[in-house]
Amino acid sequence: MLDINIKKKLNNFTLNIECKLDSNRIGILGGSGAGKSMILKMLAGIEKPDRGYIKLDNTLLFDSDKKIDIKPQGRHIGYCFQNYALFPHLSVYENIVIGLDTNNRAEVDEFLEKFELTKIRDSKPNKISGGQAARVAMARILIRKPEILLFDEAFSALDIYLRDHIQEEIADVLSGFKGSAIFVSHSRDEIYRLCDSMMVIDSGKISNLGKTKDIFKNPGTKTSAILTGCKNISDIRYISENIIEATQWGVRFEFSYKLPKDVTAIGIRAHEFKPVWGEEKGNIIKFNLKSTAKLPFEDNYYLNTDGDGDITWLVQKDIKEKIDKKGLPDLLQIDEENILLLR
Amino acid sequence: MSNVLAHLDWSPFFITLKIGLLSTIICFFLGVGLAYVSLYMNKRVMAVFDSILTLPMVLPPTVMGFFLLLIFSRRRPVGIFLYSNFQIKIVQSFAGCVIAAFIIAFPLMYKNAKSAFLQLDKNLIYAGRTLGLSELKIFFKIVCPIASPSLFSGAILSFARAIGEYGATSMLAGNISGKTATISQQIAILVQNQKYLEAGIWVSIVLFIAFLIMLLMEYIQR
Repeated sequence: MLDINIKKKLNNFTLNIECKLDSNRIGILGGSGAGKSMILKMLAGIEKPDRGYIKLDNTLLFDSDKKIDIKPQGRHIGYCFQNYALFPHLSVYENIVIGLDTNNRAEVDEFLEKFELTKIRDSKPNKISGGQAARVAMARILIRKPEILLFDEAFSALDIYLRDHIQEEIADVLSGFKGSAIFVSHSRDEIYRLCDSMMVIDSGKISNLGKTKDIFKNPGTKTSAILTGCKNISDIRYISENIIEATQWGVRFEFSYKLPKDVTAIGIRAHEFKPVWGEEKGNIIKFNLKSTAKLPFEDNYYLNTDGDGDITWLVQKDIKEKIDKKGLPDLLQIDEENILLLR
Repeated sequence: MSNVLAHLDWSPFFITLKIGLLSTIICFFLGVGLAYVSLYMNKRVMAVFDSILTLPMVLPPTVMGFFLLLIFSRRRPVGIFLYSNFQIKIVQSFAGCVIAAFIIAFPLMYKNAKSAFLQLDKNLIYAGRTLGLSELKIFFKIVCPIASPSLFSGAILSFARAIGEYGATSMLAGNISGKTATISQQIAILVQNQKYLEAGIWVSIVLFIAFLIMLLMEYIQR
């Protein structure tokens, strides 16, 4: 559970975050420099907010009015740093036990075994692999039995295969963890996979807050649409109450209902286009093929439309087979429920 | 030559070594401590603080000697205080040599320690805090071991600077044979008296020590 209201002046903007989330698997998604790491550092007590309060799992950690500011040492928070911050001069074993009382080391061997670190217990951090470093970081944190876990871009340095593997291990660890876990990431996959609630941060402010699935389904703002992986975004102008024109693409879309008045842009995810051969129906896009990028299991088609902007169409296996048989489709069709209305 | 060697007064060698060791020890602890403390200052205060502490590096040693004389002269408050309460004499004394060498050598230690601390990945300190380590434990178990190569090279450079000190030492401590006469002062005197052979012997010794020091530096930085 996260209940915060914090303000802090940074170089380029003022971080101003106010939110209350009952979930205890929370993701913070944001572009680089949006202030998301700073939020995590303030939760951990490494950075101090100018004003406000921080309440995590019903413990008041910081309150500028009540002059409460618990030291990071006393917050019972496990913090997984971006590059793990393992101490380079200490062995794997020493890294893990450094935060333990000397008379409390019975479990260490068990932890080494559990995280597959027994063989490298005497190695220095620069002699172990990225995946092993991630596991040392996790072991070092979890052995202290923290009440809250914070992950700061924790797996971004790993290659895709390893990242997937470590995320699976984290999911496993989290399934037995009662406290809150908060993930800062620019990886939408990681947040989608591990967090049931999330917030999107843009220039120090919350632009979306809610259930992860809802935000991915309906990001609501341009920033969130981009951060949740929407490749095609265009500004719009209203033609009538239920018709809009995407100005970058020069394409009109008709809706079966009255559109709200405050829509400024629309987004279409790259895999939502349906190829049409021949007969046209519903909202369609005429296009010229500009180029294609062949990926292992899917293709990216970059399309020119009447406007200046390009459209990216992600072609998955089944459609790929159809195109191989019938050639390029004449048109692309898009269902109105797959058009994201953005503000 | 052998005659000269046999009658050579070795006291400047031991005086210089003692000054070097003592001033380096003071430089080391004060330099490391002040450099670490300065990290917690706000940027502007830190800039002023750093400038003052490293001033002796760019000032002519005689200027520093002048200031030291002003402070420690027995006709001035600090000098009077030290002498009347503790019988400590700085001017024209061995203590004066150590103080002069320390002041001149200090910026090298301070700068090395400071840049080592600034280069340190801040996340390591943060990680220490979130792992429940006290600030003291973080300093001794994490910061110092990681910074140790730079701290040692800082200490070696200050030692080298301290044993070569001339200007400030000659002004504050003078050149009293067997008491404050250092190798560099001895060389100056010998040349003045046209005893080139003896001066040459001291020069060779200094050259040899300097070479050893630079070799040690290479070894540490490797």
